[in-house]
Amino acid sequence: MAVALGLQQLGRQVTVFDEGDRAFRASRGNFGLVWVQGKGAKLTDYARWTRQSADLWPAFAEELREAAGVDVELTQPGGIDIFLSDDEAEAGVKRLQGLSAALDGDYPFEYLGHNALKRLVPEIGPDVVGATYSPMDGHLNPLYMLRALYAAFRRAGGQIDSGGTVQQIEPLGTGFRLQAGGNMIHADKVVLCAGLGNARLAPMVGLDAPVEPLRGQVMVCERIRPFLKFPSVQVRQVGEGAVQIGDSHEDVGFDDASTPRVISQIAHRAVRIYPLLEHVRMVRSWGSLRVMSPDGHPIYDRSVQCPGASLVTCHSGVTLAAAHAKILARWIAEDQQPEFVESFSAKRFDVRQVA
Amino acid sequence: MPSASTFARLPDGPAEDITILFNGEAVRARSGDTVAAALIAAGHRITRTTPVSGTGRGPYCMMGACFECLVEIDGEPNRQGCMVQVRDGMRIDAMSGARKLAEGNP
Repeated sequence: MAVALGLQQLGRQVTVFDEGDRAFRASRGNFGLVWVQGKGAKLTDYARWTRQSADLWPAFAEELREAAGVDVELTQPGGIDIFLSDDEAEAGVKRLQGLSAALDGDYPFEYLGHNALKRLVPEIGPDVVGATYSPMDGHLNPLYMLRALYAAFRRAGGQIDSGGTVQQIEPLGTGFRLQAGGNMIHADKVVLCAGLGNARLAPMVGLDAPVEPLRGQVMVCERIRPFLKFPSVQVRQVGEGAVQIGDSHEDVGFDDASTPRVISQIAHRAVRIYPLLEHVRMVRSWGSLRVMSPDGHPIYDRSVQCPGASLVTCHSGVTLAAAHAKILARWIAEDQQPEFVESFSAKRFDVRQVA
Repeated sequence: MPSASTFARLPDGPAEDITILFNGEAVRARSGDTVAAALIAAGHRITRTTPVSGTGRGPYCMMGACFECLVEIDGEPNRQGCMVQVRDGMRIDAMSGARKLAEGNP
């Protein structure tokens, strides 16, 4: 939706074909982090791109408030990655040190041991070894974000067609013919933003999207008075008081079920971090499928074989939404090649080229 | 503050045989009622205030889905009134905003 909104705002007439409620939507599992620290350890351009999007977010949130009348509850107070063992802490610090070195030191973070962290976040439990804190991080309410994107897109004149799965995309001399539901639609350009569905659609327009599902389970607790200022990868409190806790990484194919064993592990970890959560009631838990490329980084491509077709897929859809709407849309619509984008072509997975 | 309710007991049901307390006030209820049903039958339409806007809310879906009926039951906050059966002498209080963590952990 971020790409669609960006294109519509550039004056293109955009129609989003939505598979409908049976689709495996990664957005259902959003944790709502606008997160920079730790990302891109193996691809420095991913760290740069992520940070650029986080920097764009305040203006983008303001724009959504004006365009859609929705406050996405963005706050960027900095975030903490909490460690429960010395090994975890060592690995975490090493990763951020490596990123900092690769980015010439322009990567603000600090390691806080138990006592230093306790001064910042008094609610941590005795099992917490420490955390890395970075002022680059923040979070928002992903439900409001989704609503804001839809509303802003519609108000800008965008169309949403929930008529069913896109079965076929056929490149014509100029433009494309799409078969969606029972309908045939003609489009000048197509942008594949179908998440896991991109794997099937990409070859129809000469592209490649080797994405696989990776399940994450999360839970939400009852609303409690705000006590947590800093979001973490593990636990965050949303603006309205609910506490969201995650997450798992499970390679289970196309199965988005929630399982008691994993949920209890997640809950147990959260209580070790913040013991005062022990008696807080869980309200809901669910699973959702991440859209993962082989290296976890986004794939952005424009088709050489079928000009006018492009592809966007990523894991961190909330963090990258601002960059997708403000920068990537311009690349798709106006051929303006932004910085970093060439690093995200699926060509990097082509073994023949690498060899 | 009971007010005129569109909900009424069926005329041929069993008698109200137990007493619960809502905000300290005695309310007659039937064994087998849920907390939410007992409060509605007694005319209590507002049983909590929301954490977001502070406006009054009351039981809605009566099947555990909507969380509009949250009340404090015997000191335990954020219980779903429609999923708990009344007991004689049960102490129920309106849920005022979000739960506090610092005090009153059950």
